[in-house]
Amino acid sequence: MTDVRLEKVIGTLLQIGVLSAAAVVLTGGIWLLAGAGRSVPAYRQFHGEPPDLRSPHRVVASLAHPTPEIVIQFGLLLLIATPVARVMFSLAGFAPERDWTYVVITLIVLSVLAYSLLIPHG
Amino acid sequence: MDLAAFSGIVFGVSALAGFLGSLTGLGGGVVVTPVLTILLGVDLHYAIGASLVSVIATSSGAAAAYVKEGYSNLRVGMFLEIATTLGAVAGAHLTAVVPASALAVLFGIVLLYSAWHSFRERKEAVAVRSDPLAIRLRLDGSYPGPAGVIRYHVARVKAGFSLMFGAGVLSGLLGIGSGAVKVIAMDQVMGIPFKVSTTTSNFMIGVTAAASAGVYLSRGYVDPGLSMPVMLGVLAGSMTGARILMHARTRLLRVVFAAVVGLLALEMIYNGFSGGIGG
Repeated sequence: MTDVRLEKVIGTLLQIGVLSAAAVVLTGGIWLLAGAGRSVPAYRQFHGEPPDLRSPHRVVASLAHPTPEIVIQFGLLLLIATPVARVMFSLAGFAPERDWTYVVITLIVLSVLAYSLLIPHG
Repeated sequence: MDLAAFSGIVFGVSALAGFLGSLTGLGGGVVVTPVLTILLGVDLHYAIGASLVSVIATSSGAAAAYVKEGYSNLRVGMFLEIATTLGAVAGAHLTAVVPASALAVLFGIVLLYSAWHSFRERKEAVAVRSDPLAIRLRLDGSYPGPAGVIRYHVARVKAGFSLMFGAGVLSGLLGIGSGAVKVIAMDQVMGIPFKVSTTTSNFMIGVTAAASAGVYLSRGYVDPGLSMPVMLGVLAGSMTGARILMHARTRLLRVVFAAVVGLLALEMIYNGFSGGIGG
């Protein structure tokens, strides 16, 4: 597959990813407002989020007993995954060309992303 | 005001920001944070968390439109991503130690710069010869021009790489895309043609923001109730903006939007100094 064709496929996949993420966030949002629409928004003071909303694996694990907040957070994770997926797809472009310099460069970028997303930060 | 009304207002403001941001090229996320903090009294950390998420939405949402043109340079983007993602992680960690008032002032300065930058006539300064490092990394590329393929060189790789680290730090500190700094590093410092640097920057913005997002999420800056209307609004607004971009007369819009951004910037700086934010 040529570079341009691969890029086109990736672009379309990203758009599908963003739209699915938006659909999940919207679903959670409607659910949230249906239940808590009359409550008072509490964003003036920073409280931080509860542990279930703070890491990808906790959010995914909590999907077994979903709340509106968990559903929205899962949608946001899908969104965050779209650029990560784009970096991974680039490996599929560099590896068949035996472009090892760029395979290594891509792996470095992926490891920074993994450090940020998979390790808890205090 | 209850949560439903608040979410409606946040959605409306974010949609407008996304719409004007994509028409003027300033980016939608950049005005979300000042509007949330100054006008709606939202805590700065929640605001930058929601804004960062919307930056990813606009970047990935626009990718399909950008790649069709075949301008972006994947090698340049990926190599510079090392700098922007490391900078983003460092910047995101710094948000815990830098006082909110200082963040507000810095945010204002970056906003003022972006507004000024959007006005300036940029001169394309295409590199005439490649940096030896660019040759070793095979960064030189080509793009489709009106009369066949146009080849270009990449210069001053180390300087561009360092500036990209700075762009990453700003992105992680303030929850913005830093698109303006990224484009400058590529087209002014590295001598890459405009079309290539703009589209490559769009790709990089999403990856950089994802690198900050993990730290933000872990620190509890990403609130689902607030991020929901911001993300949906900015996405809807920027997609609409991208659709009508071809037909719009953007000169007047650019002036109006830059003026609004400038005012928000001054307000942000004032609030940082007076203790209105983080006081």
